[in-house]
Amino acid sequence: MDTNHDLKRSPRSEFVAGVRAELPILLGVVPFGMIYGVLAVSAGLSVGAAMAMSSIVFAGSAQFVGVQLIHAGAPGMVIVFTTFIVNLRHILYSASIAPYLAQLSRRWKWLLAYLLTDEAYAVTITRYNQESASAVKSVNRHWYLLGAGLAMWTTWQVSTAAGIFLGAQVPSSWSLDFTIALTFIALVVPALRDRPSVAAALSAGVIAVLAFGLPYKLGLIVAAISGMAVGLWVEARLLSTGRRREREDSR
Amino acid sequence: MNVWLLLICMGVVTYAIRLSMIGLIGRVNLPSVVQWALCLVPPAVLSAIIFPELLMPKGTLDLSFGNLRLLAGALAAAVAWRTRNVLLTIGVGMVALWVLQAVIPH
Repeated sequence: MDTNHDLKRSPRSEFVAGVRAELPILLGVVPFGMIYGVLAVSAGLSVGAAMAMSSIVFAGSAQFVGVQLIHAGAPGMVIVFTTFIVNLRHILYSASIAPYLAQLSRRWKWLLAYLLTDEAYAVTITRYNQESASAVKSVNRHWYLLGAGLAMWTTWQVSTAAGIFLGAQVPSSWSLDFTIALTFIALVVPALRDRPSVAAALSAGVIAVLAFGLPYKLGLIVAAISGMAVGLWVEARLLSTGRRREREDSR
Repeated sequence: MNVWLLLICMGVVTYAIRLSMIGLIGRVNLPSVVQWALCLVPPAVLSAIIFPELLMPKGTLDLSFGNLRLLAGALAAAVAWRTRNVLLTIGVGMVALWVLQAVIPH
């Protein structure tokens, strides 16, 4: 039996499959994008700048944080460095998807890197891992990521634009800025399933409150880095006690 | 910093991170310590944003029952833990804040 067969799926069918897989996720992206638009305008960004951020940065949580820091009057360098920290997780995505894109031309890599959001990555890596588990190699699989990525891109641009134009009409007594905290609660709480991440979250949160008064809005960066350090320390401790137990068991 | 320059810098940083490993030739394996550290980025960063929003909505620490955002946020966290549903969490938290604002004078 041959175990490694090349699949001749057409670029078109890969593209359509990528768009289809992305659709359910986009249901959640629409309100998220609209909320960003409302906040960007209420934070004082011009309509043009708020729109441009969605295509230049194209990263939901970094845009939320960026808008918040602009509103608080943080210096540009702090905002850029905070963007770096908030987006660091994309190195993991980039590393895990890189082997599947290794044979592509530079132009393809540059384009697909731009489209590598949380949402497009999530559906694409699931597909690629399934394919490689069943020893399938579709030569046009990069079209799948292109489909998922462009579906996400279009939805993000349209929904943030809707939010930006709605934003001017929404009175501040509606407290819609609270949706930032709520969105982040919805993202972080379900992920707190092991001790290192709970430790990282709690220590980062407490330090953020303690460091709130730091100049230049540096509190967020200090808190995030300290939280990661505490999480790593807990992880290392768990590993070393685990190893000690193994040694004792083997005696 | 000019807002357009700021946007371009944010965009360049974001893009450089996404291209980082894809742009390198061949297979890349990050050391496991780096992988752990990266996995801890979302809980650390997001909590560092959430805590001050809930605990100090007016800029100073407020742990009283008069802090409506803390109450609504705690309820939303419970919903997130039980359902893992993003839209439901946002919806419940927002409605809770509106109801509290209508009922409790602030």
